[in-house]
Amino acid sequence: MIRLEFVLMLAGLLFALSVAGIFLNRKNVILLLMCIELMLLAVNFNFIAFARQLGDLDGQIFVFFIMTVAAAEAAIGLAILVVLFREKKSINVEELDEMKG
Amino acid sequence: MTLTEILFYAFSAVLIVAAVGVITARNPVHAALFLVFAFFNSAILWLLMEAEFLAIVLVLVYVGAVMVLFLFVVMMLDINLAQMREGFTRYAPLGIVIAALVVIEIGSVVWVKQLGVDAAPALATGAEGYSNTRDLGELLYTKYLYPFELAAVLLLLAIVAAISLTMRQRRGVKTQDIAAQVSVRAKDRIRLVKMDAEKDA
Repeated sequence: MIRLEFVLMLAGLLFALSVAGIFLNRKNVILLLMCIELMLLAVNFNFIAFARQLGDLDGQIFVFFIMTVAAAEAAIGLAILVVLFREKKSINVEELDEMKG
Repeated sequence: MTLTEILFYAFSAVLIVAAVGVITARNPVHAALFLVFAFFNSAILWLLMEAEFLAIVLVLVYVGAVMVLFLFVVMMLDINLAQMREGFTRYAPLGIVIAALVVIEIGSVVWVKQLGVDAAPALATGAEGYSNTRDLGELLYTKYLYPFELAAVLLLLAIVAAISLTMRQRRGVKTQDIAAQVSVRAKDRIRLVKMDAEKDA
């Protein structure tokens, strides 16, 4: 029997690592997107753990929808990234200051 | 400890290592490959947690589609790695402190308070003929039919958005324009000029 606390700690650790990753790779948009994917994965772990613990499949349904949204987000994010690179020849976050007032 | 538990701990450790690899890899391609590794490990952990359908979907959708898209973009773009690594060590302490804070907070909630979530009557996963996929499908097509349709619309929206963002007309490329070719008239191309014959000098 896998203990609920252990799964929640694992998910928390994974989430903390991806938060740290956003701080470490704060210039590279691709790595930021990857860290967001990792965060969503950590959240999905919680849903699945609770779905099992409570004997309720609704949690797994929620994971299904999160994965749908994450796939859409990745597709649009990468499309924006490609357009951005075509315009500026760089994906450095610090160079993205056109909208600065 | 049962075999399930041992497997779970082992794959959890590998998952954490893979996550560390994602955030510290020098090369974005390596980071993407570490992320693929992390997804595979997660799929195994989800299998152990009796979410079989989602485990397979994770491998098919994430590893098969999303991560391929990521790798495709990483390899297509010419990234200046040295410039991207600037400030990596400078912000490392801050990142570690915040990560530690998150872990301590979650740990204090989860471990110290022990949650008090009782194990409800578990799903009849061991029963003969039980299928996680069929149960999920029954829920998805009855109780969650409307959100399911919305998710489909969202994916369509993502397709349209991604294609319209990246499609472009390039200037100065020699391509055929059929409409322009068909609609051309002789008077647009040839100009007849009337002039007197030249006299011999």
